[in-house]
Amino acid sequence: MSALLQVSGLTAHYGDFQALFGVDLALEPGEVLAIIGANGAGKTTLMRAITGIARVSGGTITLAGAPISGRPAPDILRAGIAMVPEGRRLFPSLTVEENLKIGAHARRGSGFWDLERIFALFPVLKERRAHPGTALSGGQQQMVAIGRALMSNPSVLLCDELSLGLAPVVIREIYAAFPMIRDSGTALLVVEQDIGQALKMADQVHCMMEGRIRLSGRPQDLSREAIHDAYFGVSHG
Amino acid sequence: MRIFLIFLAFALALALVPILGSRALVQDLFTVLCLLVLALNWNLLAGFAGLVSVGQQAFVGIGAYAMFACVILLGLNPILGMLVGGLVAMALSVPVAFFAFRLHGAYFAIGTWAVADIARLSFSQWKALGGGTGTALPKEAVQEMAVIQILRDLFGGSKAAAVDMLTYWLALALVLAVLAASWIFLRSRLGLGLQAVRDNPVAARAVGVDPTRLKALVFLLTAFVTGICGGLLFIQIGRISPDAAFSLLDWTAFVIFIVVIGGIGTLPGPIIGVLVFYGLERALADYGTLYLILLGLIGIAIMLFARRGLWGSFIQRTGFDPLPLGHRAPARATPE
Amino acid sequence: MIWLDTLVQGLLLGGLYALFAAGLSLVFGIMRLVNLAHGDLIVLGAYLILGIGTATGLNPFLAALLALPVMFALGMALQAGLLNRVLGEDILPPLLVTFGLSVVIQNGLLTAFSADSRKLPLGPVEAASVPLGPVTIGTMPLLTFGSAILVILALNWLFYRTALGRAFRATSDDPVTAQLMGIRPQRIFAVATGIALVVATIAALYLGARANFDPSIGPARLLYAFEAVIIGGLGSLWGTLAGGLVIGVAQAFGAALNPEWQILAGHIAFVLVLLLRPRGLFPRALD
Repeated sequence: MSALLQVSGLTAHYGDFQALFGVDLALEPGEVLAIIGANGAGKTTLMRAITGIARVSGGTITLAGAPISGRPAPDILRAGIAMVPEGRRLFPSLTVEENLKIGAHARRGSGFWDLERIFALFPVLKERRAHPGTALSGGQQQMVAIGRALMSNPSVLLCDELSLGLAPVVIREIYAAFPMIRDSGTALLVVEQDIGQALKMADQVHCMMEGRIRLSGRPQDLSREAIHDAYFGVSHG
Repeated sequence: MRIFLIFLAFALALALVPILGSRALVQDLFTVLCLLVLALNWNLLAGFAGLVSVGQQAFVGIGAYAMFACVILLGLNPILGMLVGGLVAMALSVPVAFFAFRLHGAYFAIGTWAVADIARLSFSQWKALGGGTGTALPKEAVQEMAVIQILRDLFGGSKAAAVDMLTYWLALALVLAVLAASWIFLRSRLGLGLQAVRDNPVAARAVGVDPTRLKALVFLLTAFVTGICGGLLFIQIGRISPDAAFSLLDWTAFVIFIVVIGGIGTLPGPIIGVLVFYGLERALADYGTLYLILLGLIGIAIMLFARRGLWGSFIQRTGFDPLPLGHRAPARATPE
Repeated sequence: MIWLDTLVQGLLLGGLYALFAAGLSLVFGIMRLVNLAHGDLIVLGAYLILGIGTATGLNPFLAALLALPVMFALGMALQAGLLNRVLGEDILPPLLVTFGLSVVIQNGLLTAFSADSRKLPLGPVEAASVPLGPVTIGTMPLLTFGSAILVILALNWLFYRTALGRAFRATSDDPVTAQLMGIRPQRIFAVATGIALVVATIAALYLGARANFDPSIGPARLLYAFEAVIIGGLGSLWGTLAGGLVIGVAQAFGAALNPEWQILAGHIAFVLVLLLRPRGLFPRALD
């Protein structure tokens, strides 16, 4: 019996450059998996490969047992994987409310997440619903991006560098929403450079380096030294 | 080296056509050579400088009208008029560039098209040159040129045939000059800069290439040559009207197809393209509109399946480029 | 008084140009596609209306109604089968493909219908006019103008008030992120071109009913339409209407001075506006 999201032996290339070398991971419903690693470790490529934005050159990805690798991004979203992309990427021509609604573009039928539930999760968005998405502060934009992804009621939500460029107090405010997202049954795959934040919220941590997963385990089982080594590639002889 | 010898032999054979071939062939090939000049120019603009102009007929028409004005109003020699035509076209390309260079991409294309239509309509107002209906070049002005008499003494034939002979050789000379100039220019520091701008504008700017100045230079020079070509075309045609001189179909649309079919952004592309174009025209001359439909379909097919045209695909398939435009890095960098 | 009359005639003419331009503006705004065959597609629409009218004996207005779904399907097929394959960073392939298409359509029509000029027979409404204050206005120009306003209103409603319009704007902003929302950009583009050809069919009705047409007139109409779109500013539908009015009024005043100056005056207005405002009067998008 495979996990909800199962990635096996995934490889990806940019032209001649190989970005991923046989990555394996498994995610169960309601679980939070954090992926940490330095810049260029292949974290974002992994996210883009899973969502179908980047081309996969080998390996398999299955969602609830069904293979999805190699399918176009819109199909993968429909299968149940949504992403909060790095840099938030709100649509400048759309208001906050429209940005949220477009997240439900492909949705058929109802689910847990709707406009009212998103506004309950991030009340500030309700006040600013008529503003252009890009007129908001960075933290509020991040909330819109998360809400937008949730609107499709995904079984797996991918979050790419949520904390990038945000103040610590804002980061805490955003991660405060995670328990409610987990409770809705959505599994989370989170790429995070803020190691402290990652260890605090995750059930499982993978540490990537040079396109490979170098270390994995439960946060409480990983020592600082082991993480440091996997992160910077230093080995104690 | 061998490729140059083949090329030279080919050029020599073309030069002998007026002496050995029929007059109909000379007239046909004259048009082909002029189209080749226009195609080489448009390829420099669109294929190398990224300036997709749909208004090059403006400079053909301006060159032609300037030549007519020199002959009819000033009584100058038509050949001199042709050169004046080139200069006038280049001079007028300055205000055109001033306007069109404010527009980018597709806007540039539409802007140049509008400018060409402005030129057509403005020259229609020139009553001294026949206004909207146009006028004919006085026969004697062309046929009484000293050089015509010399040609007749050498090769015999009628005055009209000697004019065809002269315009043909001028067209061939123009083709060779433009080819040589393009070859030298594209392999020069400026030309390589231009290709760098096309392939990666940000990087090119970072190494100190000023794209706008380079593009403006190309725009002016191609206007000059296109103007000369316009003058030459209408010496041979002998009759001018705004619709003929500023024809979008004849002087730009056909030219675009020639370049696209042959291989845009390659130097031999226009030559291949003009040969295909001429072959198609000969084969389908009796079918008129069918010929144009086929031309349109071929253009579309090339864009879908072989974006770099026949020549570009040939290089891609074989990996053999007998006329490389890049060259090895210089042994030491010359400081600016 | 003659100046007022000229102004009104110019505005009404501008309405026709805005109709030519509206579909172009929609497509340009959403996918940055410059469709050089748009003018010929309008002419194709006029022949289609003529053909349906001749075959069924219907009035051109009703024939146009039947032509709408045909043209919508044609637009979708054209985009899905051809234009989607050449969209990208490089503007040359779409320009050249639509240019080739223009030549194909023009000469195809020429082969099928000859170079004779045709007209859509509307009956008595063609000559009718209504007095409006100090000037008298032809019913047809007024209908054209009204249709142009309605088309722009409808397109704006679609663009800003519907889920489809939301997807149009999102795809136009950022096609990659739009795919993460489950949007299929190629399908969105196909629908957009279908809608553009619906508008083109409405334009074709008035083009064919107000004056003679033949297979060769597409490109000139396209040029006026493009001028309207560019003057108006990328992606702004009201801007496109304004652009059409500027060209129409300039042409009317040019023609009032000297009939030969009509077209020239429109082009000169285009150049002047762009010299003053290179991005047009009401640019929406930032690129």
